[in-house]
Amino acid sequence: MKYLTEFRNGAIAQRMAREIHAVTTRPWKIMEVCGGQTHSIIKNGIDQMLPAGVEMVHGPGCPVCVTPLELIDKALAIAAQPGVLFCSFGDMLRVPGTEGDLFQVKGRGGDVRIVYSPLDAVDLAAKNPDKQVVFFGVGFETTAPANAMSVHVARRRGLRNYSLLVSHVLVPPAIEAIMSAPGNQVQAFLAAGHVCSVMGYWEYPPLAEKFRIPIVVTGFEPLDLLDGIRRAVLQLEAGRHEVENAYERVVRYEGNPAAQALLREVFEVTDRAWRGIGMIPRSGWRLSAAYRDFDAEERFQLSGIRTVESPLCRAGDVLRGAIKPAECPAFGKECTPRHPLGATMVSTEGACAAYYNYGRFLSAEQLAAAGSGLGASHVAGAAHD
Amino acid sequence: MCLAIPGKVESIADEGGLRVGRVNFGGVVKRVCMDYVPEVEVGDYTLVHVGFAISKIDQQTAEETLDSFRQMGILDEELAGEEEQLARAAARPQSLCPDGSCDPQ
Amino acid sequence: MTEPGTAPDFANWTCPLPLRDYPAIVMGHGGGGKLGNELVEHLFLPAFRNPELENLGDAAVFDLKPGFGPARIAMSTDSFVVQPLFFPGGSIGALAVNGTVNDLAVSGAEPKFLSASFILEEGFPLAQLAAIVDAMAEAARVAQVRIVTGDTKVVERGHGDGCYISTAGVGIQRSGILVGPDRARPGDEVLVSGTLGDHGMAIMSVREGLEFESQIRSDCAALNGLIADALIAGGRGVHAMRDPTRGGLASTLNEIAAASRVGVAIDEAALPVRPEVQSACELLGLDPVYVANEGKAVFFVAPEAADRVLAALRAHPLGKDAARIGRVTAEHPGMLVARTAMGANRVIATQIGEQLPRIC
Repeated sequence: MKYLTEFRNGAIAQRMAREIHAVTTRPWKIMEVCGGQTHSIIKNGIDQMLPAGVEMVHGPGCPVCVTPLELIDKALAIAAQPGVLFCSFGDMLRVPGTEGDLFQVKGRGGDVRIVYSPLDAVDLAAKNPDKQVVFFGVGFETTAPANAMSVHVARRRGLRNYSLLVSHVLVPPAIEAIMSAPGNQVQAFLAAGHVCSVMGYWEYPPLAEKFRIPIVVTGFEPLDLLDGIRRAVLQLEAGRHEVENAYERVVRYEGNPAAQALLREVFEVTDRAWRGIGMIPRSGWRLSAAYRDFDAEERFQLSGIRTVESPLCRAGDVLRGAIKPAECPAFGKECTPRHPLGATMVSTEGACAAYYNYGRFLSAEQLAAAGSGLGASHVAGAAHD
Repeated sequence: MCLAIPGKVESIADEGGLRVGRVNFGGVVKRVCMDYVPEVEVGDYTLVHVGFAISKIDQQTAEETLDSFRQMGILDEELAGEEEQLARAAARPQSLCPDGSCDPQ
Repeated sequence: MTEPGTAPDFANWTCPLPLRDYPAIVMGHGGGGKLGNELVEHLFLPAFRNPELENLGDAAVFDLKPGFGPARIAMSTDSFVVQPLFFPGGSIGALAVNGTVNDLAVSGAEPKFLSASFILEEGFPLAQLAAIVDAMAEAARVAQVRIVTGDTKVVERGHGDGCYISTAGVGIQRSGILVGPDRARPGDEVLVSGTLGDHGMAIMSVREGLEFESQIRSDCAALNGLIADALIAGGRGVHAMRDPTRGGLASTLNEIAAASRVGVAIDEAALPVRPEVQSACELLGLDPVYVANEGKAVFFVAPEAADRVLAALRAHPLGKDAARIGRVTAEHPGMLVARTAMGANRVIATQIGEQLPRIC
């Protein structure tokens, strides 16, 4: 695929990693905010290519992980109601609420469907006029334009049976909260390239200045990530704290004006609780007054929801970067992807699940030993098969 | 949060007031809402997230970025042929450090 | 990083809370991942326990009457509930025959006879049933097996998905062959007979809510001919075979690693994946190693036989994209490790249940 495959060249990646080794003199902690970047770093083993002291801290940028438990419970309650067709992105189906997940609601007869796009849910509303179609509108700024368009289109088409269960969260307030937290150790940020493709990066210079941290807008492919890390390390080594764009082919300073215009119309800023982290002021979006009648929370009377988070789960500390997943006492014991206690163990983007699935509990030496069964000549030959 | 991939716009049409494009992702074609990228035309590459084009791929910048990546960290010995480089990369022992020179142990 | 001594022990990991987290069946129990394995391990196996079942192969192999003639019998059963019933490159009918044939073939048997039971929903169009049956007849003809018995039941409208098919297959175990999921040995080479993920992504392309246009077609095919050629070429050098269906290559390699108590190391760059399948996976955030195949087999072959087997596979029309993808190691028993295209290593675990589109 053009503009994807070229940025996955292993030989160039090795050289870029060597460049990072060459410029690194001290240990640094760099946070990639976005869960998609965490996924790519671990799937490709990029963290193994870095100098021992350069540590990637996996941030809270996974909507599946940070969507508050209360909202998951609301989703479960709405999806279980007769006459409701509940639509969601795939990942959300396995997130544990207080009692069960959406898969179990489906198992008990709830009409729960995975869709690719919120517009697919709008189409389902048009096709099923006798049903209330609810879309679980989670996500960061990247996904918000899609969800905004869905209510915009539903209103234009006069679809009174469509609504949105909204839990949008915003990156800049999260960065502010992480940097302000006592004991913070993060020294630089890779800003999420796809969030910035919508929002631009004009919100970041004040943060870089206030906290004296480098912020590098970074893409998702291995070469993009290595370049983002390289630029962050170069700034750290030089004592600079600037906002840089390492994803220029996609991200403009001002972002996407058309998307921002509709976002301003459909959403308004609100305080938002982040699962595992807590309330962050002005860190989310909810439907604006003009679109409030499309809010599923208003449309469905929900009572008797009792929200209880597992006392063992330390997802909050993981999301803040205070501990690594494997340092949580429940990791791999009470808490596994099979039986997740917290949302970070659910999503493949979630830091705990990523650690578990991709063997981050192994030391580098163990992994190297495991891979040594591949004779070098064998690999080279196989690659050209 | 941000699974978005680049595709090439094959056609654009008005569907019930929405600007809908057929976007080709390496042989897989999907209908995509193009309302947020009025500047994108047929033949352009665009970044798509959950059925929405959110950004135009700047092709010239992409090529320049790739060129700069290709120049990065090249040693004299590696000005050899591409195949030889790949073979060497594959033959290199696994280590925290790509060339083994900077491992503390 | 945790100390090696305190790391979770994956080789011997079993769910500490069997069947408790989900008090009712969820779709993941049929997804070819851990949930399904747990049903087998904690429910079916304890209830039915016997030596033939305990082998947990794709088919059970047994003597009908010990000492009575040289032929050993292989027997397998499978059910087919795929939606939609017709998809690019195949149908539930072709799947039912080929899937059963393949389960016998990878157990080292020559498939001979099949049964077919149909569970039909009231109102199901006869024309569709005829098309399904035609596809079964054609698949049986190609695979050179006979459908010798069957049954039909009808359930009330709304109680089925149009048509389910349940099959059983019987074959004659080849003599001179010793294959089983527990027979992989360190040093074995791992071969796959062709491209990965075609079937799963063909189904995905026509699934409501996720559909996309592509040339991707299911690889649904009977592998008994291909496997016969591989066994002739490799003889006893072929240690284990399996068709990586639900759960994909990752689940199959993990299962064999666990059953044989060996590690498996693969090279991601060597995995054959069609560009369109890779693209579709990018679009939905899926990993081709977890996507289902219906016309592919994985072979664990002694190093000295690997070249011969690979050549035999490539000489067969269904094996022209066959590739060497990795090797069995003594380290990390029960674990699948991949060398990434970047030259790093990662562990590839078995999926929990069905792989979900990773969209956000």
